Amino acid sequence: MTRFVRPVVILAGLLAIWQAIVWLTGAPDYILPGPAEVAARLWSDAALLLFHAAVTATEILLGLVLGAVLGAAAALFVVQVRPARQWVLPVLVVSQAIPVFALAPLLVLWLGYGMGSKIAMATLIIFFPVTASFYDGLRRTEPGWLDLAQTMGASRLAMLRHIRLPAALPALASGLRVAAAVAPIGAVVGEWVGAARGLGFLMLQANARLQTDLMFAALFVLAIFAVALYFTLDGVLRRAVPWQSESLESRG
Amino acid sequence: MSVFSKLHSLGPRTRPLSSSEPTSQPQLKAPGLQITGARLSYGGQLLFDGLGLDLPAGSITALLGPSGVGKTSLLRLIAGLAHSAEGSVAGTDGAPVAGRIAYMAQQDLLLPWLRVRDNICLGTRVRGEAVTAGTREAADRLLDQVGLAGVAEARPSELSGGMRQRTALARTLMEDRPFVLMDEPFSSLDAITRLDLQDLAARLLAGRTVLLVTHDPLEALRLAHRVHVMAGRPARLDAPLEPPGEPPRPEDDTRLLSLQAELLHRLHAAWRESR
Repeated sequence: MTRFVRPVVILAGLLAIWQAIVWLTGAPDYILPGPAEVAARLWSDAALLLFHAAVTATEILLGLVLGAVLGAAAALFVVQVRPARQWVLPVLVVSQAIPVFALAPLLVLWLGYGMGSKIAMATLIIFFPVTASFYDGLRRTEPGWLDLAQTMGASRLAMLRHIRLPAALPALASGLRVAAAVAPIGAVVGEWVGAARGLGFLMLQANARLQTDLMFAALFVLAIFAVALYFTLDGVLRRAVPWQSESLESRG
Repeated sequence: MSVFSKLHSLGPRTRPLSSSEPTSQPQLKAPGLQITGARLSYGGQLLFDGLGLDLPAGSITALLGPSGVGKTSLLRLIAGLAHSAEGSVAGTDGAPVAGRIAYMAQQDLLLPWLRVRDNICLGTRVRGEAVTAGTREAADRLLDQVGLAGVAEARPSELSGGMRQRTALARTLMEDRPFVLMDEPFSSLDAITRLDLQDLAARLLAGRTVLLVTHDPLEALRLAHRVHVMAGRPARLDAPLEPPGEPPRPEDDTRLLSLQAELLHRLHAAWRESR
């Protein structure tokens, strides 16, 4: 019961604080709209918000899939091909020193104002956490498991498939959770730099026209989507990697 | 007929499965194992050099000694897991040893994502062989033999430490190898569970050639036909103790208790020597 009551109480509390700030400061609507104005906007502009949300959601989801697939593949490649560790890994690490946001204008220049540049942004921002955590998981296989498999006559490939891969899945799952949390950032930053659609574009437009309530409404929709994405993915991962929480509990 | 051949006929392999099958003829007893010229240096220190060890056919040999003397390294050398070690490991039947060894470690090494039955069939899976209905039946029979009937579908996390180690024993037996290497297999268990598992292991491993590395003198004396103490640096093996009677010997046998005193005496000397 408290599971459902607590979020409601938290939400109500936050709304109350928000409303209190509006009353206390007496800020005009174009600086800080109250919850009621934003709710009205959400209702009146629902179609507009949904249209732009669908664009952003598509960018985020495609970026997430691409980033996860490429990130996992890169980790596997670096682990399986020994020379790659010395040659590719440093490049990967150094590439992280470049802020992805700084690349956004370039990506828009190269890939255009459409979805491509935003998907690329999301992919880039997701790629590293997925690669890093999966690579870590693949490297830290319990040595006893590998010894056992070796005495059983397992080939290197069989060890990867039956031992190291499944053993690294919990690590990959944590990488994917981080990815789900940061993917919206990539898409929205891409939209801020240059786009004709999407929630990021809508926010910029609303900001320029002092439609602050619409900005808040867009932000609200984005937050709802990001939270829903995270919890959906978390649920799927929990079901797909059920031994993770168990092993954590038994060790803790 | 020895227990081994009986187990063998009960065992998972009703057909010649792979190149690792010991011989095509039915075996009454596992061959012996001879280790000669074993040499291993670790961190600039020579752990052992020119070390020899005979594992008599179809019997259990226990290896005791102070921590760090190289017992586990010697076992890993035999298992083919110590890549920096040198030495020759040969079966007394002349056939190659590789692929005829089963290994059981101190940790149960159960894979948390596999159910108990699938853990027992792990060898079949990692060799890329098909897990058939027959394989699963064999696994369930072994589970029954180790006293775990009915948990085949459970996840390892649902089992107690003793049950997990029983599962590991079943997995070791599932491999159905003539040579079995055990590295402190029961050291993480409580005293009573340990005695239980020792009895079980002695019964189920009868007829195989077993090397048992242990820290527990009583365990060695209950289970082994021969007990060696490994000591010194580089390490040597002393003349083995041969406890009377067939394993598993009762833990309250007074002869064992006096042998235990002798063994503790040797271990103490070994400990001083290895400092």
